[in-house]
This record gives sequence, C-alpha cells and structure tokens, in this order.
Amino acid sequence: MMKLWNASIGWIDDRFPLTTMWDEHLAKYYAPKNFNVWYYFGSLALMVLVIQMITGIMLTTNYKPDAAQAFASVEYIMRDVDWGWLIRYLHSTGASFFFIMVYLHMFRAMLYGSYRKPRELIWVIGMLIYFALMAEAFLGYLLPWGQMSYWGAQVIISLFTAIPVLGEPLALWVRGDYVISDVTLNRFFAYHVVSVPIILLALVVVHLLALHAVGSNNPDGIEIKKNKGDDGIPLDGIPFHPYYTVKDIVGVAFFLFIFAAIIFYAPDFFGFFLEHSNFIPADPLKTPEHIAPLWFFAPFYAILRAVPDKLGGVIAMFASVWIWFLLPWLDRSPAKSIRYKPFIFKFALFLFTIAFLVLCYLGLQTVDPVRTMIARIASGIYFAFFVLMPFYSTWGTCKTEPERVTS
Amino acid sequence: MRKVILATILLLPSWVFAAGAGVPLQKANTDIMDKASLQEGAKLFVNYCMGCHSLKYQRFQRTAKDLNIPEEVLKSDLMFTAEKVGEIMDIAMPADDSEKWFGITPPDLSVTARARGVDWLYTYLLSFYKDDSRALGVNNLVFKDVGMPHALWKLQGWQKPIYETTTDAEGKEHTHIASLELVEQGEMTPEEYQNSMRNLVNFLDYVGEPAKLQRLALGWKVLAFIFFFWIVAWFLKHEYWRDVYEGVWKR
Repeated sequence: MMKLWNASIGWIDDRFPLTTMWDEHLAKYYAPKNFNVWYYFGSLALMVLVIQMITGIMLTTNYKPDAAQAFASVEYIMRDVDWGWLIRYLHSTGASFFFIMVYLHMFRAMLYGSYRKPRELIWVIGMLIYFALMAEAFLGYLLPWGQMSYWGAQVIISLFTAIPVLGEPLALWVRGDYVISDVTLNRFFAYHVVSVPIILLALVVVHLLALHAVGSNNPDGIEIKKNKGDDGIPLDGIPFHPYYTVKDIVGVAFFLFIFAAIIFYAPDFFGFFLEHSNFIPADPLKTPEHIAPLWFFAPFYAILRAVPDKLGGVIAMFASVWIWFLLPWLDRSPAKSIRYKPFIFKFALFLFTIAFLVLCYLGLQTVDPVRTMIARIASGIYFAFFVLMPFYSTWGTCKTEPERVTS
Repeated sequence: MRKVILATILLLPSWVFAAGAGVPLQKANTDIMDKASLQEGAKLFVNYCMGCHSLKYQRFQRTAKDLNIPEEVLKSDLMFTAEKVGEIMDIAMPADDSEKWFGITPPDLSVTARARGVDWLYTYLLSFYKDDSRALGVNNLVFKDVGMPHALWKLQGWQKPIYETTTDAEGKEHTHIASLELVEQGEMTPEEYQNSMRNLVNFLDYVGEPAKLQRLALGWKVLAFIFFFWIVAWFLKHEYWRDVYEGVWKR
C-alpha cells in the first residue's frame, strides 16, 4: 500500500512539484516556536475566506440580482430554501468576522512590528487584501436590496462627486445610472461574485508566498534565521506542519464556538451585522433619517463627517485608509516588537487603538456638536499616530532584544 | 410621477417620526417558543390585519407546520385568501386601489418585526387614540399621523389623550400628550387586549424569521459538538507539542 502511495507521489513529482510545495509551505516551513494567541488570526482569516466562498456560491444558486426580485429572493432563501437561513447567516456573519479577524491580524502586526524590514511587501500586499475586502463588502452589501443597502451605496458613491470635474462622470460610470438602480445591482453582483474574489484570492496567495519566502516574525521581533543549526534549520523554528496545523485547529474550534453562538442566537448581532432598516425593501423615494455604514467602515465614515468640507472630508477619509501603506517606513524604532519598545510607542499605540474604537462607535451614531468634536479629536489622534511616528518611534531607549526567542 | 414625489415629501415627516424616539416603548415580552400564543396571534392576524396587510414571504403550510395547526383547522379558520396550503399569505386588495383609498399601500408585514422590533410593534398597537383632526379620526403615539385606521377598536375600545403642559427653561409652554385614557371599553378588558397584542406581535416576530424556531432548537447542539471538538483538538495539540516543550522536535 505504502509502495503504491510513494509510487503515485513520485509519478506526480516528476510532472508537478507537489512534494516541493508541500515541504516549502507546510512540512519544512520553519515558523518560530513562540507564537502566541495573536498568531491565530491569519489562519482564521483564511478560513473565513473559505467559508465566504463556499456559502457565497451556495447563495448565488438562489439569489436574483434584479431590483424587482432581490429582496424577495433573500427572504426566499431565508424561508423556502432548505438550510438557506443557515447559509445566509454564515455569509452575513462571516463578512463581519472577516473584518474582525483582519483587524486583529493587523493589530498583531502593529504589536510585534511584523511590517518592518524585510516584511514590508507582506504588509503592503496585506493592505491590498484589506482594500479588496472593503470593496467586496461594500459591493455585497447592496445585494440584499434593503433600505440600508440602497442608501448606503447611494451615499458612498455620491462621495465621488466631491472630486472636481471628474467626480460626476465617475459616479455615473460606477453606478451606470443617475441613481442606484437595477443596473447598479447587476454590475455590483458581477463584481462581488467574480472580479473581486479573484483578486482577493490572488492577493492571498501572493501574501503567503511572500511570507514563506521571508519567514514569519514572532512576538520577540527577532529573526530566527540568524541562529541556525548545523542542518541549516533555525534553532527556534519548528515545522509549520504538524505543530502549527494542530495548534491552529484549537484556534479554529474556539473561533467556531463564538461564530456559531452568534449565528444561532444573535445573527443580526443587535443590528451591527444585519442592520434593522435593511429589512425594509429599498425605496428610492424614501431617504432614511439615519444612514449608518456597517461597523467595519464606521471609523472612516466618522473621519469623513468630522471634516466640515465635503471634498476635504473625502480626502481625509481616503487618506485615513491609504496612510496604512506607509507604516513600514514610518516606524524607525530600533526594536521591532512592542516588548522591547519604549513607553512612548506603547502609549501612542494605545491612544491610536482607543481613537479607532471611538471613531468606530461615532461613525454609527447620528451627528451632534459634542460627537463631532470628539470625532475631530479622535481623527487628530488617528493621523498623528502615523504622521508623527518617524519622530516618536526614535524617542526613548529600547530594551535589549534577546538573542533567542523567549517562550 | 410628480404626484408620487409630492406625496413622499408630504409623508416624509410622518415617516421620520415613525422611527424617532420620544415615546418610551413598552416591553412586549414575547416568547417565540409559546405555541399557544403564536396560534392566537395567527388567528388575530388573519381576522383583523389580513384584510389589508399581506405576508407575502410566508406560506400557510409553513405557518401551520411550525405552529402545530392541523391542516383542517388551517383550511377552515385561517385560509380565507388561498386555495392550496402551499400558497403565500397574500391579500386580495390591489396595491393601486389601496393607495387611492388610504394614500399609501398598507405595507407587507413579513419582515416588519425585524425592522421595527417587537417592542415598537407592541407599543404601536396599544397607542391608537382619537384625533378628530385626522381623516380617519385616529392618531398614534409612536407613529404620528399614521395612515392606518384603528382596526382593532372593536377589541380595545377608544382611547383619548391626556394633555400636559410643561414650561421649559426659557419660559415657553409646551403641550404634549402625557398618557392615554380608555374612554370607551371594547370587547376586551385592557389586560386581555394587551395579552392579545402580545400574541399578535409574537406571531409577527415568528413570521419575520420562521427559521428562528429551528436555530434556537439546533444552536446548543452545535455548540456542544464544537466544545467537544475543541477539547479533542486541545489534547491533540498538546500531544504533538510535547516534543517542542521537551527541547527539540525530532529533526
């Protein structure tokens, strides 16, 4: 039996680098042995991507991208399709969890300096994934064709009109109509299920290839490749498979427990994952009094509203997302990991995290003078964190980084 | 088209107020697992609401199955608008006509409970009061200038507002409705009416998401399975990682 197996693998290996790939990415990919809980979120984000692809394809078998039928077809899935409600909740909850995983994954990178040399490209590709994910979520949210789907898309696309001269034609080009309409729904469906997923998948592959070429960072922020054994294998490295595959399964189980608890007991998650007003069919003649973005876009929406000028707001909003790309070059601290960085950096990251969460909250609320003032302060902290990083990251003295990883 | 736009602009304030705060909502305290309550609610809905409001995403058969209603009872007591059990719970009134009659087509209520919430619906159903300034003679506390008549007046009777005048910080006087008083009792006592409305709202909550019955029943089993899986996964991880803890894995 084993002979037959080896012969088969050999036959394939002569024609396709199967064993090479297996070794390179799993069995002989040496990851630092000191990963902590923060290192679960990458593989979990990948799993959510798979969940989204599978449930998404299943949803398309019954969904109708037609303004007259879209809302009803979603309700049809929720009622008449066997287990349709489960598939739909997996997909809608999965969308929010994708962002939760990605935000935690990014925060991990910020904690341990995973974006620093030689991993700048991994970070940049990761940001492109995040961009694609935002596009994917925005496009997908139009599909249920509820009031928030419709008016949310209307508001976001009308942001383009703030751009001088080109704005109007650009918005028209994106919508394919003067307002959000059946035409828009049709093309958004096409982008959501075909174009963006292909880009997303390709970027994820590139992200992993880059990671496996450079090697993983770790909570100590030191390079394990500096200390290799006689066999050329890092002394602090362990093969990804089986050690991290079995470890990630524990993370998967924990994740699934929370995920299932929400799907079965709070699928709309108090209006955060499925907004209440999205259960009213889209009506172009009735503007809702309060148009709230989904929670994962809320920080950027809050920044948009914090700026009094429309064009200025749009610029600030785009800048707030784009600025993340520069992170690898803004951080000039001698130490990579937060463990060895001085207090000032920890404090800056702490303030930034608070500001981000406050903006997330404010983006979901109606505007009043007090909230606008708080949003302005939080936006200021948000940008200061990045813009001032080249300066404060060099202040203070770092603790000495260890030679070998600490467990 | 211009008429529609005009009507929308005129109706906009009422729509805005409809979702607005101001009136504290009463707790509906519904229980979707209470089959008797759901059956009672279904009966009320079919008899009092389904003249105007459809449930076009819900099927009679599904309702009967989920609520343990025998097919004969379904056909004789609930199916006034359909021939076959598999049909949707639609109404006979054409939307164009009702728009002419009421100024607005009575909305389909399939997912209203998910949009408004049960507490809002419950409070709404308890908050109709006489208002001679309105075309239909009624108004509502949580849905100002609502276009719907008080369809359940026979059951509840009539309420009148009790006004209260308050003076604000600038010395201006404001008159607003402090509470509603039952001036003419209907077939039900206030407690009976509240209970009926709780059943009706419970039914609408069920109709908003029939799968809720399935997911609540299935959820804990799935969670128990995942928990068990988590324990197994944890032991498996520790078994493998012993090599790492004890120094080096076998190179």
